[in-house]
Amino acid sequence: MRSSKLLAIIVVAAAMTTACAVATQSRSPATTEAKFGRPIAEADIAPWDIDIRTNTGKGLPPGRGGVAEGKAVYEAKCLACHGPDAKGGPVYGSMVGGIGSFTTSTRVLTPGSMYPYAPILFDYIRRAMPMDKPLSLTANEVYAVSAYILNLNGLVPADAVMDQTSMPKVQMPNRDGFILDDRPDTHAVRCMKNCP
Amino acid sequence: MRRDTDQTRLGRRGFLRRSVLIAGTALAGSGLARAAAGAPLEVPPTAKEPGRGIAETSYGSPSKYESHVMRHRSDVLVNRQNLSDWSMAPIQHQHGIVTPNGLIFERHHAGVPDIDPKTHRLVIHGMVKQPLIFTMDDILRYPSVSRFHFLECSGNTLTDHSKAASKTVQQSHGLLSGAQWTGVAAARLLNEAGLDPAGKWVLFEGADGSNHTRSVPLDKVMDDVLLVYAANGEMLRPENGYPLRAFIPGWEGNVSVKWLRRIKVSDQPWDFRSETARYTDPMPGGKWRQFSFVMEAKSVITRPSGGMRLPGPGLYEILGFAWSGRGKIRAVDVSVDGGKNWREAELAEPTLEKSLTQFRLPWTWDGTPAKIQSRAVDSTGYVQPTIQDIGKARALTGFVQHHNAIFPWAVSAGGEVTNAIV
Repeated sequence: MRSSKLLAIIVVAAAMTTACAVATQSRSPATTEAKFGRPIAEADIAPWDIDIRTNTGKGLPPGRGGVAEGKAVYEAKCLACHGPDAKGGPVYGSMVGGIGSFTTSTRVLTPGSMYPYAPILFDYIRRAMPMDKPLSLTANEVYAVSAYILNLNGLVPADAVMDQTSMPKVQMPNRDGFILDDRPDTHAVRCMKNCP
Repeated sequence: MRRDTDQTRLGRRGFLRRSVLIAGTALAGSGLARAAAGAPLEVPPTAKEPGRGIAETSYGSPSKYESHVMRHRSDVLVNRQNLSDWSMAPIQHQHGIVTPNGLIFERHHAGVPDIDPKTHRLVIHGMVKQPLIFTMDDILRYPSVSRFHFLECSGNTLTDHSKAASKTVQQSHGLLSGAQWTGVAAARLLNEAGLDPAGKWVLFEGADGSNHTRSVPLDKVMDDVLLVYAANGEMLRPENGYPLRAFIPGWEGNVSVKWLRRIKVSDQPWDFRSETARYTDPMPGGKWRQFSFVMEAKSVITRPSGGMRLPGPGLYEILGFAWSGRGKIRAVDVSVDGGKNWREAELAEPTLEKSLTQFRLPWTWDGTPAKIQSRAVDSTGYVQPTIQDIGKARALTGFVQHHNAIFPWAVSAGGEVTNAIV
């Protein structure tokens, strides 16, 4: 009894030695236990923490901006590429219209026709626009220029003010326009001879 | 320019035959060459003098005779600026399943940043027990993982669904590359931060001027996602994400966020612009398909392909690539009669998961018009569809994404190869 137990231990130990020998060919035991990340406080991440959960507006910062201020921001910082009244310029096409076009043969994609949630405007403009100086607009400027684009698309009135509370409430026409991935949606058959 | 070059290169065998006939010498392996003799071979001048000496330090470049093998900025769909733009890889010149680093396709949303790895940081936070920050030195200390995978933009082939817009396979399929990617498993660093059990989605964010961001399901991230710092044996090129990028095997390239600086865990996706207004598929009834991540099985013949010319009837090798985001390529079939009859091609080893796989089939062209095309079958049994099959399920309009249809090339009686998608 005792000797068979001992034998089993020896066999297991031998097997483990072999396994270790194989494992150490690619990585040392020290690095498999490696932990090199250093703790950081969420407060210190805040300058990078710019994402917005666009369907609820979670992450929208304090601040506010209206349509008229947005027109001024737009004309100073956006018009050169996007053109007057956001109808298209030398670099980018129109950001106005297209609502109702998706059931026609030519779909016109604009923030008004395409965005399911208004806070996408805030998230995207802040992180990526203007193209020559991203992350340079203040929160008030981003709210204002978002209000202006939404107004040009007929989605908010001329006296609308965008902020943390009002922006997620804007009803976007494409809100229910999305379906989740249901592929494979083609069912091709592997025909080899005299195929149709 | 490229078209002429491709004709010249494809016609090399014919060119050799003509040269041989002119020279009248015998070359082993050529029936024509055996016919005559009379002009003895000249000893090449390079055999009669030393070549370049070895530089003290160097980084090699392709031969000056290969200067036609270049990425090319999108010229079928032309963007009005080159910051949010793309360039196509010259896959008609690619040998084997690896795309050289200088030729891997580009897609940027605000140009290419030059990031100093000494100052670059990666942060993991959100629904984790302990937010963590890493330097590049930290990341390089972990055990590395190297795997061969394809990378394909969801918009590859987007110009060619309703008309034959592209002349070459570089234009129609050049948002595709293959490489051996090296990095650390994303799961490893997320486990180090400690996942909140309610976490379901992961945000990847870049340090480029677009601060590009995508939401990716946590299950995929924990399965096979890599945080990559090297490709094909060297650190990433700036245009491919130096010093660090996400790499999401088998999924649309856009989610493999370059210049990666932030990972955040959440219980919901974010519905960013890049996953609502863009990278979604037009569907019937005015709808859009969202989060269609996986790149389904696809193949294309790269040789002979658009813009090339067959110098005359005879034996050719049909060569191409197949790949699937769902697994391995199980088979590739080739038709030379427009899809009526098919023959199974040979798959060149290695055939790897979510990797380019090269196929080949000998073909004797009789000199009459032909239509050549390939069809991939992957390890799930999925069969590559025709564009008509796709049109039955989706709306083929505007920015058609995830277009993985069979792609035919027409060969004229004169040997000209042209795009025959419709």
